Amino acid sequence: MTRRAAAAPVRGILSERDWGRRRTRAGWRGLHTVLFAGLVLFGALPLLWMIRAAASTTTDLVQRPLALWPDPAKWSNIADAWNLLGIDQYLLNTVWLVAGSWLVQLVVATAAGFALAVIRPWYGRFVYAALLATLFVPGTVTLVALYLTVLDLPGLGISIADTPWAIWLPAGAHAFNILLAKQFFETIPRELFEAAQVDGAGWFTVFRRIVLPMSRPILAVISLLSIMTAWKDFLWPLIVLPDPAMQPLSVALPRLAQNTDPAYLIAGLLIASIPPILVFLLFQRHIVRGIGFTGLK
Amino acid sequence: MTSAPTHVPAAAREAPGSAPVRRRAPGPRRASSQRRRSAASGLVFLLPALVLFGYFAWWPIGRSVVLAFQQTNLVDAPQWVGWQNFEQLFADPLLPTAALNTLWFAALSLLIGLPIPLAVAVVMSELRRGGALARVLAYLPVVIPPVVSVLLWKTFFNPGEQGVVNAALGVVGLGPYPWLQSPDLAMPSLVIVATWSGAGTAVLIYLAALTGVSTELYDAAELDGASVWRRVWHVTLPQLRGVILVLLLLQIIGALQVFTEPYVMTDGGPANATVTVLLMIYRYAFLFGNYGVATALSVLLAAGLVVVSAVYLRLTRAWSTS
Repeated sequence: MTRRAAAAPVRGILSERDWGRRRTRAGWRGLHTVLFAGLVLFGALPLLWMIRAAASTTTDLVQRPLALWPDPAKWSNIADAWNLLGIDQYLLNTVWLVAGSWLVQLVVATAAGFALAVIRPWYGRFVYAALLATLFVPGTVTLVALYLTVLDLPGLGISIADTPWAIWLPAGAHAFNILLAKQFFETIPRELFEAAQVDGAGWFTVFRRIVLPMSRPILAVISLLSIMTAWKDFLWPLIVLPDPAMQPLSVALPRLAQNTDPAYLIAGLLIASIPPILVFLLFQRHIVRGIGFTGLK
Repeated sequence: MTSAPTHVPAAAREAPGSAPVRRRAPGPRRASSQRRRSAASGLVFLLPALVLFGYFAWWPIGRSVVLAFQQTNLVDAPQWVGWQNFEQLFADPLLPTAALNTLWFAALSLLIGLPIPLAVAVVMSELRRGGALARVLAYLPVVIPPVVSVLLWKTFFNPGEQGVVNAALGVVGLGPYPWLQSPDLAMPSLVIVATWSGAGTAVLIYLAALTGVSTELYDAAELDGASVWRRVWHVTLPQLRGVILVLLLLQIIGALQVFTEPYVMTDGGPANATVTVLLMIYRYAFLFGNYGVATALSVLLAAGLVVVSAVYLRLTRAWSTS
């Protein structure tokens, strides 16, 4: 890690003295070479292969399965796949579904986190317990009942299946985001809220003018988590969006895979992977940190 | 809706719709008028969460329990059928197969999904250069949508010598193997894909935990003459114990709910070798329209997860506190 490179007194399992020993150093250099070879083999090569295969002819794929460069190169495959498979529509659907899920999760998590961490009504701990309890019930277990709920919303008698709402609204019911927001808001000094209230600010002003601007790091983490999760989602949209015109890429691809030229299919896979990879590369510092502190301590 | 209260100390108006304040309720240290107002405005901010959790979390959880004992066809009112759904389920010869397959998948996932990320993280934490690049490479497969990785690996696992995996093994003189076409190899193939797309998260979590290990412990161990490997075994791993135990449980729970890999890659085949519990639930509900039996199986799965977690916590309690 770069931090350690700065000849700081920080040490890991190995000390400076260990690094000075010839055999230890050679051994760990060897381990690190093996590590990088493995990381390249499993982390980078499949993606490079995907780019190559997307631009290959079927014969080329059969004859040289391991090559990393297409021969002959048919980059037009990607444009053809885009047009033939209707990728543009599915990609647009995906973006629309992801954007709505993100917005709903952000609003629900920050508002609820604010109520629980800052307003602190007397019943807050009971609500919080009831919200957290849902973390212990995996989504797959309530899948069927959730589907039936979406088909016929209790008390309203309407179905939101085959509409984006079927993705957006259930996305809001994720307790983990609320937990993250609440824990972060609790670290903001309460004097700030009290001072604002003395100046006549209501809770909504406190929320919008003080809490939200101070919470950029946690808003980033919640946003990235919700966007990445929504982009990856498969089973739920498969169930509630049977209409192909509504489906995201993740649901459309397996269906298209059944009767498509392999190169076109892989071009489709490539297109579906590029947005999340870009988001990850752009925000990797936030994401890595997010996993560090949302994960486990 | 009630407006957010301004700072008017004594104007204690009764908040409409707020629940009665019990005197002995264990509340924070505040005057009761302010308590009532914070109760009302808290409700306003909690409303989106309460509505969405009500509809899409709490209600389905309760309904699952009810639905397991009902028969519904979405048109007529649901009928109570007692234990009939469970009886039908236990008469299904596929159930034991699916249960064993799911356990087999979970066991294989742990076999390679526990040691590999741990070893990778330990070796990675000692990198002096290129740590950031290593983390990006380790996490890249996690970023790929699961459907994409499954379809990509389905191509890799093509039987014959033109499949990428077989071609790569052919370089060292192995294979070709009929990965997804063989009842024995199909499940391990799915485990490879699932591990490929999940291991990066575990690596990053272990890495974060490794930075928390006190360097003084390493100093002390080194002074006592402990070799590097003894330090890993006697300092690093015990210090990571808590994280390992929690992550292991999460991996077990996740593996028992595997769906995308068998659904997209093999559709349960060959010869039902990769039919998992969740795939059965999916088929009962969305192919056969038998929501009652599907929910009965969901309830059994939930019970199974509870039992596994309880047994796990019990078994590891001794180790985690020692």
